[in-house]
Amino acid sequence: MIMHRKSPEDQPRIGVYVCHCGVNIAAKVDVEHVRDFAASLPGVVVSRDYKFACSDPGQELIQKDIREHDLNRIVVASCSPQLHERTFRRTCADAGLSPFFFQMANIREHVSWVTVDPGAATTKARALVAAAVRRVARAEALALRQVPVRPEVLVVGGGIAGIHSALTLANAGKKVFLVEREPTIGGHMAQLDKTFPTMDCSACILTPKMSDVKNHPNITMWTYSEVDEVSGFTGNFKVKVRRKARYIKEELCVGCGDCVDACVMKKEKVQVPDEFNVGLSKRKAVYMPFPQATPACMVIDPKQCLQLMKGKCAQTCVDACERAAVDFDQTDEIVEIDVGAIVMATGFRPFDAKRIPEYGYGRFDHVYTTLEVERLVNASGPTGGEVVLRDGTVPKTVGVIHCVGSRDRRHNAYCSKVCCMAALKMAHLVKERTGAEVFDFYVDMRTPSKGYEEFYDQVLSEGVQFIRGRVAEVTDWAMTPEEEGKLVIRVEDTLIGVARRVPVDMVILAVGLEPQVDTAEMQRRFNISCSQEGFFLERHPKLAPVSTFTDGIFLAGACQGPKDIPEVVAQAGAAAAEALALVDRGHVDIEPNTAWIEEEACSGCKTCIPLCPFNAITRDEEKAIAVVNDAMCKGCGTCVAACPSGAAQQNMFTDEQIYEEIEGVLAYV
Amino acid sequence: MSKPKAGFYWCASCGGCEESVVDLAEDILGVVEAIDFVFFPVAMDFKREDVEAMEDGEMTVCFINGAIRSSEQREMAELLRRKSQVLIAYGSCSYQGGIPGLANLCSREEIFKFVYHDSPSTDNPQGTRPQVRFDAPEGELELPSLDKEVKSLDQVVEVDYYIPGCAPPTALLKAAVEALLSGDMPPKGSVIAPDTALCDDCPRIDTKPAEPLITEFKRPWQIQIDHEKCLLAQGLLCLGPATRGGCDHACIDGNMPCSGCMGPVSRVRDQGAAIISALGSLLNHDDPDEIDKALDGIPDPAGTFYRYGIPHSTLYARCGITAGNGES
Repeated sequence: MIMHRKSPEDQPRIGVYVCHCGVNIAAKVDVEHVRDFAASLPGVVVSRDYKFACSDPGQELIQKDIREHDLNRIVVASCSPQLHERTFRRTCADAGLSPFFFQMANIREHVSWVTVDPGAATTKARALVAAAVRRVARAEALALRQVPVRPEVLVVGGGIAGIHSALTLANAGKKVFLVEREPTIGGHMAQLDKTFPTMDCSACILTPKMSDVKNHPNITMWTYSEVDEVSGFTGNFKVKVRRKARYIKEELCVGCGDCVDACVMKKEKVQVPDEFNVGLSKRKAVYMPFPQATPACMVIDPKQCLQLMKGKCAQTCVDACERAAVDFDQTDEIVEIDVGAIVMATGFRPFDAKRIPEYGYGRFDHVYTTLEVERLVNASGPTGGEVVLRDGTVPKTVGVIHCVGSRDRRHNAYCSKVCCMAALKMAHLVKERTGAEVFDFYVDMRTPSKGYEEFYDQVLSEGVQFIRGRVAEVTDWAMTPEEEGKLVIRVEDTLIGVARRVPVDMVILAVGLEPQVDTAEMQRRFNISCSQEGFFLERHPKLAPVSTFTDGIFLAGACQGPKDIPEVVAQAGAAAAEALALVDRGHVDIEPNTAWIEEEACSGCKTCIPLCPFNAITRDEEKAIAVVNDAMCKGCGTCVAACPSGAAQQNMFTDEQIYEEIEGVLAYV
Repeated sequence: MSKPKAGFYWCASCGGCEESVVDLAEDILGVVEAIDFVFFPVAMDFKREDVEAMEDGEMTVCFINGAIRSSEQREMAELLRRKSQVLIAYGSCSYQGGIPGLANLCSREEIFKFVYHDSPSTDNPQGTRPQVRFDAPEGELELPSLDKEVKSLDQVVEVDYYIPGCAPPTALLKAAVEALLSGDMPPKGSVIAPDTALCDDCPRIDTKPAEPLITEFKRPWQIQIDHEKCLLAQGLLCLGPATRGGCDHACIDGNMPCSGCMGPVSRVRDQGAAIISALGSLLNHDDPDEIDKALDGIPDPAGTFYRYGIPHSTLYARCGITAGNGES
């Protein structure tokens, strides 16, 4: 016989289960007392306490009671709904009860874990149980909504994280939009010379993946583009992408470079610092970031190009281009796409070493950052791979300073994780290229990954001198004749307990990793959270490390926190897998917490219409009332709170349910 | 068959509700024809003793207007409740506390202090205050005592129906009388008025833009008010979206914003909270300083948003504001 338990007209027959959670709850809350108290509440038919309500026997107990006592409402007082709401909803559903006739009272996170006095904890638990009982009595039978999911995925950022995510998804047969703000994909990895600890040539392992992206039939690659706007929700995001005018027709340009040769900015002093070479060389207004840039397409910098700035130029580039690819009339183009999931792979920015003035970066010519030296040692870099200083000399002594901007309360308290290895790599490469004597100033040496400690050992054996201590200052103030013309690194050598002055020709600062400058703006645009240090926040550090608090948006790479390349790639794969799991399923279940307008009650005052962030409310001009489009409503409740007529109501959060809950808390304290 | 008997009494009120009866104009003749007024102190010479002499439930209906603040008003409310089959709270004061209810923003002591000592027009060198009892040569005199706070009628006695408004629209009074005579009354506890907000029949609704429309609040004297445009869209604090209709948009037709006298619709418990929430949503500012500046344009928020309903509001019920603070 199928029992009819779903009608809301039925008198509530409520079962209450007070969970001990081992000792997590029971050691603080008098669970027997709460159980007896619950039994006295109106509508409660069964009230029990149980060691672990979420265990199989616990769930079976509830199901048995539903059958034997004909229960039509269930309250479990245990932990956070984040953890077990789904469990108990399933328990109810399996016993033939609508899962929305289940209510959870959180007496662990909200009570036992955060309350000192057991008496106070018990009182609070009583109040929360009473609130849940009063609320569940007003619960309505609802059903999960199934919403179709679009199969396309947007990957934001074309560094190694975005590249790997995009390729993984595309290889699984999904259409991917890869959006990169720079004129080329590749990110920071493209700027690196070698990758630690194996010393692979960075470009050699990266560029094949870049061209895979470009040639993949499933990937739409948009460089020099940015995400302007994101709306919608998991499975159905609407994204506006701004394709910035590059003043070169991408489909025509083959990257031959004739326009660069022709560009009138011939004198170096009118040229601008080349971003790819971190300012160590100059470029013209028309340029390609580096020879293997993908797409192999020029871009014209509108802030430098005479024609674009002043409308006055000989336009030699136009004449030089045989394919007529130069187009000064281009404007930004906004493209709207629909995607089911989004992978954020927006990367990091290196710590700006100028913020530590005592290290002299920007003041002394021969103080470099690790990224600059990557370009110096690179064969296609500004010096063709020769480590020569800005005055043209080759350094004989070099100092590498760790923890620049990291593990430093004045700037970033966190460890940037990759800089010890990057510093070791620099020590190794510079020594290899120049034969210089290298001093490495470290605070703690952190080399915990596969092959990293071995690499450290190798650098040790190469004769690099390691000095343990946080560098106080880099100065050009010589105190002895040997220090004349040198940079002096002042440091306390903590292993021998003396203050030292180490004169060197070149200083390399191992700068840390920081969140991108516009992370806060991105956070708002994508509606995701940031951790305290400003990196995007994962949903759970252990159990949902690539998910965000916004369903359908996943994190890959250093935008979530400092990481080295192996870790970035692993995480990018994980993010792709999570996105795939979402879009491949074809649909998502979403809570039926949508809003609706009570027709007779609506005065048509239009208060709600502009408030809906999802444009789900329109005005029925004929009836002169507001109407909520159920498929577009995301259940945020904004209209419900704003409606001055009480006409906007929300499933799962009706005024009645909320008042009952509030009164439940207040009535029994 | 004898005509149904009716009473009409006033408590803490201004007399406007009585005026609304007179506003029935010639229709009043029909009412008098159908109903016997047996108690109507404003208009006719009946005494309290006359009511006391009645049988319980002898009056078919009694309309009480005004809020309740004195011992006398309470006694009369209880007496009339006993003598009437149907008790109707008539007008905003009786329904939700009304204008007199604003006195709950001050304590009784503050009111006494101002009225009998501090007000600029008070000349009271001996500091005399009214006493409940006074031994006069002619014998002991008794005055009603003033309660600690103002209450709506239903906070004192059971009320069967409510007719809102300050004063109630005559159409509602007429409809109520007709329903009473025909016996076709709505469920007990109903407010006898339409249950949608004023915007529903506001003639200016089409000129209200569906967007956050308020950048600053203005008071009627500060601007030349457009006769056709939504008043909120002109920056005037119109409480129409949160106020029950049924008034035939009289104020709007007079080019004045709704001040909320009809109270909230049935689904809203707290009219002030409802309009604050709605207006907050309509403020077209993101910057906190700009918002503060805009809010400075509302000089008396409590008196604006809770003009007719302090005693009945959730806000007042929960925090009690100041009434009785420090008083025994």
